[in-house]
Amino acid sequence: MKILVAVKRAIDYNVKARPKSDGSGVDLANVKMSMNPFDEIAVEEAIRLQEAGKAGEIVAVSVGPAACQETLRTAMAMGADRGILVQTDDEVQPLAVAKLLKALVDKEQPGLVILGKQAIDDDSNQTGQMLAGLLGWGQGTFAAKVEIGDGTASVKREVDGGIQTLTVKLPLVVTADLRLNEPRYVKLPNIMKAKKKPLDTVTPADLGVDITPRIKLVKVSEPPARAGGVKVADVNELVAKLRNEAKVI
Amino acid sequence: MSSLVIAEHNNQTLNVATLNAVAAAAKLAGDVHVLVAGHNCGAVAQAAAHAAGVSKVLCADAPHYAHALAENVAPLVVGLAGAYSHVLVAATTSGKNVMPRIAALLDVAQLSEIIEVKSDDTFVRPIYAGNVLATVQSLDGIKAITVRTTAFDPVATTGGTGTVEAIAAGPDAGLSQFVGEELTKSSRPELAAASIIVSGGRGVGSSENFAIIEALADKLGAAVGASRAAVDAGYVPNDYQVGQTGKVVAPQLYVAIGISGAIQHLAGMKDSKVIVAINKDEEAPIFQVADYGLVGDLFKEVPALVEALSK
Repeated sequence: MKILVAVKRAIDYNVKARPKSDGSGVDLANVKMSMNPFDEIAVEEAIRLQEAGKAGEIVAVSVGPAACQETLRTAMAMGADRGILVQTDDEVQPLAVAKLLKALVDKEQPGLVILGKQAIDDDSNQTGQMLAGLLGWGQGTFAAKVEIGDGTASVKREVDGGIQTLTVKLPLVVTADLRLNEPRYVKLPNIMKAKKKPLDTVTPADLGVDITPRIKLVKVSEPPARAGGVKVADVNELVAKLRNEAKVI
Repeated sequence: MSSLVIAEHNNQTLNVATLNAVAAAAKLAGDVHVLVAGHNCGAVAQAAAHAAGVSKVLCADAPHYAHALAENVAPLVVGLAGAYSHVLVAATTSGKNVMPRIAALLDVAQLSEIIEVKSDDTFVRPIYAGNVLATVQSLDGIKAITVRTTAFDPVATTGGTGTVEAIAAGPDAGLSQFVGEELTKSSRPELAAASIIVSGGRGVGSSENFAIIEALADKLGAAVGASRAAVDAGYVPNDYQVGQTGKVVAPQLYVAIGISGAIQHLAGMKDSKVIVAINKDEEAPIFQVADYGLVGDLFKEVPALVEALSK
């Protein structure tokens, strides 16, 4: 069974994003970019399934500008076998990403697609579910554990009240939550090896997908800042403040 | 122009998050209808019909809707959506699971976790862990929306005079099956609905030590939350997590104990009315958002706080 895993180049999770002063977008000049942390978990899961003999080839896919090659090389250094970059400098929204991935699934015929549950830049949490819908496949979202069986997968999901278990028919789409695994550190020899792995580039037009945005960004702004608070000396002062000043207890 | 809100429920009671989503829908032009898809869910449909501002409830009752599986609910909604300008659901794990599937099948974009309705096609939503607010305009005919519940006060559970209309169920897609669930049982209030939340972080140090957090929560009648670090370390279950990718909460009082205040955690709680931080590290970023900060050892200060509250 081939696995397709989708990875996004996103702002590094340690960086605090700020709006540009004219409100036209987010200031990403000279900002550190990394693989979206949830996608790292997705790649790790694919590799673990391969190591457990449950999967064959792992194909990593990214959508975006040429710089996404780096993200794909990271996925390959972790253990993905090859990469495909759907290259475009235009904005690509989740629905368009799902359509591009569907086109690649039609071509590559994987038995499983794994994605991060959301990207930490636009916080959309959409692409995996959209892809499953377009493919007519089952979906195991917010996965905390995935077990591949005979024709089905058992997926434990992080839900609001705790953990839910589903059985989903193969092929399926899985989206990775935080507790699915802990991604491995990439070792230097593997970075060198990854440079020799095949990386193909295609365009949205090659795949016959219209990526015209359906949502227009009107403006971005900074959220209202919280007024600075005070330090209290001890618990008695804290209780007094909460009772008499804030009146919340 | 009218809106369809997908109800979240457990076949017996309507989840209050649905009332937050109805409140967002009420800010749009036209009527508000609610879809209840479930099994033996008549009581839920009645409850939805009584919610303020709801003019009609569509009820689809079939065994394969019992657990709100996206593969079954999405085609049902897609079949109804043509009559609506907006389809909304609360941004709970259930809503976030199903709405993008609906949007893709309708070939429309989704607007995730809106916090404000500017007009019928323009909305505000947080991005980058809430560090940036984006005002976005949908160019699609049908707007598929998930609603951040903390941004919209729930409509009243009474006052609505909606009619309940049974609608035909669609087929079981047969793609997925519900096996079971392990839900955290607690006598404390639910995180999403609590007016006071006491959260612990990595500084708490162990699962056993979380008893200190729980003692304070019980003293205050509060829910217990946690940072990602505490959940990853196995101190508490995943559903305690407050943050960018966990639960987003906005209680009257949020007490952060042994939590440094990573941006991912702040994203989940910075809209709380009053924030208290107790941390031994004076430089911890949590103090930048705290209304009241107490620098000290949580193992000493928290029991002392419980005692001070008893006076």
